[in-house]
Amino acid sequence: MILRCLLFIVLLFSIAACSPIKPWVKPYERQKIADEIMSFERNPIADSYLHHVYDAREAARGGDGASGGGCGCN
Amino acid sequence: MAVINRLLLLALALASGFLQAAVLPDERIDVLYHGYDGGGAEINGPSILVRKNLGASVSVAANYYVDMVSSASIDVQATASPYSEERKENGISGQYLVDRSTISLGYTRSKENDYDASTYTFGIDQSFFGDLTTLGFGVSFGEDVVGQNTDPTYERNLERRKYSFNASQIVTKNLLASLSFDSVSDQCLDLTQDESCLNNPYRSVRYLSGTGGYLYQSELYPHTRNSDALGLRAIYYLPYRASVRAEVRQFSDSWGVDADNFELRYLHPYREQWLFEVKYRMYKQTGADFYSDLFPYRDAQNFLARDKELSPFSSTTIGLGVTYKVPAGFIPWFEKSTVNLNWDKFDIDYDDFRDARVSPTDYAAGEEPLYSLQADVIRFYLSFWF
Repeated sequence: MILRCLLFIVLLFSIAACSPIKPWVKPYERQKIADEIMSFERNPIADSYLHHVYDAREAARGGDGASGGGCGCN
Repeated sequence: MAVINRLLLLALALASGFLQAAVLPDERIDVLYHGYDGGGAEINGPSILVRKNLGASVSVAANYYVDMVSSASIDVQATASPYSEERKENGISGQYLVDRSTISLGYTRSKENDYDASTYTFGIDQSFFGDLTTLGFGVSFGEDVVGQNTDPTYERNLERRKYSFNASQIVTKNLLASLSFDSVSDQCLDLTQDESCLNNPYRSVRYLSGTGGYLYQSELYPHTRNSDALGLRAIYYLPYRASVRAEVRQFSDSWGVDADNFELRYLHPYREQWLFEVKYRMYKQTGADFYSDLFPYRDAQNFLARDKELSPFSSTTIGLGVTYKVPAGFIPWFEKSTVNLNWDKFDIDYDDFRDARVSPTDYAAGEEPLYSLQADVIRFYLSFWF
């Protein structure tokens, strides 16, 4: 199920990659994206510790590696 | 196992900047005190992270982390004695920026009296489409030595591998999204040993004695475990200055555990100095194929587990957080400093894990009340940017 979801998403990316893509959010429109409140991981060791607690109490692991805002705008 | 997962996470976090392609991470120092109190276990200690740039293309980071454990959990109370131990962990990592790519390397070592773990990580990420999209791939390799306090000859060797794929996307000028897929495998190096390296060597399962009561025998796990997890996160800038973050994750492993979780977080700045955070998280999992709270007889299956973390359960977490930005210039040498406090309340209800501490005269075997666990997690930390 997880692999099928992933394949579907990769397929969507692949189709999108075949067409010419222009950045639809211009660099000068990214001031909100660059705000600290838009960070997936504002505090690395504090977030890492909480993930540690989840891992200790739950069987699930992985799939939570997001960090940063992805905009390359700072 | 929790230690291992933490190692992977921390290595990933240390090697991160993952989704900020073409930009080195901030230079900062973090000093954290962490505290966990719940289910008869108290775990606390410090953690320190220092991250520094070397020139315009290289960032290095070092992390030191300590767990001081004092445990009288339900497992310990049922079959063993309360204990105290300490775990220390050290990690270093580096990132090298090349055009719109970042190459990451990391090494983490964890040591406690009955478990040594080493983890090596490598990752590369690249931004595309005017930095709207960032793709990243990572691999980590781990070698562990599992021991046992009561038997100095006990040694099990474990090899861990993790393969990661990450994609992040600026969807609109108010919306960010991120997708993460991790495939993890654990493999014991010596398959001829009866007791697997993935076992907790201290934990037992219980089985019906045939006379109305129950007895205990050691757990017995498979020698391998493979798992896949897919997570999707999004964070949205509201019409006023505040953000909402949502996260969903699906997990599945070769032991028959399927899990899902959902999290919603609201972050609200107040004036220039304050940030307030409210969070709600739900988690639910099925049990492992070889889990049972009470087996019908001794050696009832090839594999036996009574680890409540492998049982079916659901949990909720409520979190509150506050950040105070220290006025600029108040602490010399640092451009920016913050004081942070987070409190998380865990509430876990087990669907098939019974409280065997009750008197056998009051409850028949298998009729004991179901166990539930409440825990408080505190994170207090200072962050300094320079």
